[in-house]
Amino acid sequence: MIPLSWYLLLSATLFCLGIVGFLVRRNLITIFMSIELMLNGVNLSFVTFAHQWHLVKGQIFVFFVMVVAAAEAAVGLAIIIAIFRARATLAVDRIDLMKL
Amino acid sequence: MNTDLLRILPETILVVAGILVMLIDASLPPRAQRRGLIWVAAPGTMLALWASLIQLRLDPGTAFFGAVETSPFTIFFHVLICGIVLVALLLAYDTLPRDSHHQGEFYALVLFGASGMCLLTGAVELLVVFIALEISSISTYILAGYRKHTGKGPEAAIKYFLLGSFATGFLLYGIALIFGATGSTQIYEVAHKAASAQNHTFIVLALMLMLVGILFKVSAAPFHVWTPDVYEGAPSPVVALLSTAPKAAAFALLLRVLYQMLPDLRSLWMPLLWVIAAASMTIGNLAALRQQNVKRMLAYSSIAHAGYLLAAFAGLADKGIAAAAFYIAAYAAMNVGIFAVVTLISGYDEHLPLVADFRGVLYRSPLLGSLLIFFLISLIGIPFTGGFFGKFYSFSAAVGGGAVVLAIIGLLNSGVAAAYYVRLAVTVAQKPENGMSQAALPVPQIGVAVGAALLFTVGATLWLGIAPEPILRAAENAAHALQ
Amino acid sequence: MNPIPYHWQYLPLLIQIVVAFGLGTSMILGSRFVGRHRNSKTKLAAYECGVEAVGDARGRFSVRYYMVAMLFILFDVEAVFMMPWAVIYRKLPEITGSRFFGFWEMIVYLGFVAVGIFYIVRKGILDWSLDKADL
Repeated sequence: MIPLSWYLLLSATLFCLGIVGFLVRRNLITIFMSIELMLNGVNLSFVTFAHQWHLVKGQIFVFFVMVVAAAEAAVGLAIIIAIFRARATLAVDRIDLMKL
Repeated sequence: MNTDLLRILPETILVVAGILVMLIDASLPPRAQRRGLIWVAAPGTMLALWASLIQLRLDPGTAFFGAVETSPFTIFFHVLICGIVLVALLLAYDTLPRDSHHQGEFYALVLFGASGMCLLTGAVELLVVFIALEISSISTYILAGYRKHTGKGPEAAIKYFLLGSFATGFLLYGIALIFGATGSTQIYEVAHKAASAQNHTFIVLALMLMLVGILFKVSAAPFHVWTPDVYEGAPSPVVALLSTAPKAAAFALLLRVLYQMLPDLRSLWMPLLWVIAAASMTIGNLAALRQQNVKRMLAYSSIAHAGYLLAAFAGLADKGIAAAAFYIAAYAAMNVGIFAVVTLISGYDEHLPLVADFRGVLYRSPLLGSLLIFFLISLIGIPFTGGFFGKFYSFSAAVGGGAVVLAIIGLLNSGVAAAYYVRLAVTVAQKPENGMSQAALPVPQIGVAVGAALLFTVGATLWLGIAPEPILRAAENAAHALQ
Repeated sequence: MNPIPYHWQYLPLLIQIVVAFGLGTSMILGSRFVGRHRNSKTKLAAYECGVEAVGDARGRFSVRYYMVAMLFILFDVEAVFMMPWAVIYRKLPEITGSRFFGFWEMIVYLGFVAVGIFYIVRKGILDWSLDKADL
């Protein structure tokens, strides 16, 4: 039997990979994908805990996270299209009209 | 069952009004004017406000299997949020371009966002907390990019969106760990189980992660970088809304998480919030000093205000919560007011964005100039305005909780803040230069709707400054309900 | 109790992968070795529903494709909630104490979805021929 802690470790790893991707990547779409990776890492945690506690609640939570992620994806992609139309680039370094 | 529905009545009304706006908007011919939709949106918001007040007659309690709650705490924030939304709608009605074909979406999104914010203040189940937070966030992400054909509009939206979703990821991971540590996501059950837990490692980690998510929404210091850019790029009526209403909701969530869910970890989160409060004030004010753009300056000022507000969290439970709730109300009144005035002066397209452009406003439009100065006075925190009592209660709560140094830092910061507020006020009062550019500027027109909005905010700011007792008592009731 | 080792649970999965790959590979290789190949220009040309390839595959697509893709994501995920609802539907009267609670919940939910569809159709997002939608 694979211990539950392995799943949690995997989930934490996915989450951290998402954070690193968010901070390191320079393309809007890739950054956005990193966020999705973070959310999916969390989903794995939820499923693991649901298994540990024998509660369906965690799995229901995952459904909602997926739906919210889809809504975010729709809005995010729409904003990215708007950015591309206004600026013809998706590189974050060039989306810098406003600076400190 | 019936009381269950009553307990989510304000949210339901907001959602139904939003859907009505959406349906009517879609049914109108594509090129028709859509300003008239305010006649659905504004009454809907008023109805929601009335429904919140009706809830006072209900006994405090939960509904839908312990998912949402009605108590003086939630009613306080419901009324506050509905009031802010009403003012923002009236402001938008007069200042959005008349021929904009996206006004239908604007009103609908504001209403949907408002329903999310109201739900967030009433949610006692972390699943509902998450969904409510996302409803309010996603609506405001879109609203921030409302001017999508300008360069700055989509940029503000994408910055807000990416950083917001990033922060939500942290909040969500925190919730997952709470669920893992306690086997529940109902706030009361979590509180119960956390109190008797042997090992706090997971809960502490979860609290840290949740704090990242929530402090982002209130734009406190290490998580504030999005604020100036979003406020600069988003249209001013939207900024009036999103600098106050989502923050009020997020502060309500913060109060709930800290005081209701994990009060036993106070020794842990108190020092943390101490540092964050001090950092928010200092960073916000120092950065605001060097801003030339009025909206950016106000953005940094709002970061500083988040700091003053967090100072109240250092107070003992009763006093701290009441002071925080009062501060949110005072801050909302004056901040919505000042953004309304700035919208009218700078214009929707912001042809006059800089502090220097505000020179001589008092002569061009005495009313707007004096209103701007009035709201600046309130933001400084001079007596007889809401800002004074907000700061007074917040800092005295901090002192009562033993955080004297924090209160002193707050007072020093108020002095620093006065510098840039006074600079703007003096610029407004300076005689205009005799150049053509100043003389050619039109006098901003104040419509009926925006006039009512201004009257409402001025009245609220004055009321909070002269007779704060009723609101303070409401805030104390709210604080009492949270424990 | 000495069951098979834990990792053996994955054996069927492995077998399925092997079979799937094996089937595909054996069909391709089989037809290559068994069949006779006489290619002519006509046989290689696209026919019936095929379209002549033009230009580079990395060209830009109309934004309408993205619109449809986004809408697909949303409506696709909305269907997720019907699964747990359907599973628990018969027990809902016991849990909620009201006979038609579950029924009306789903009607309300579908009402929200219907409002979304109405909005999309009226705004002309699905209208590929007319350019009335402000995309």
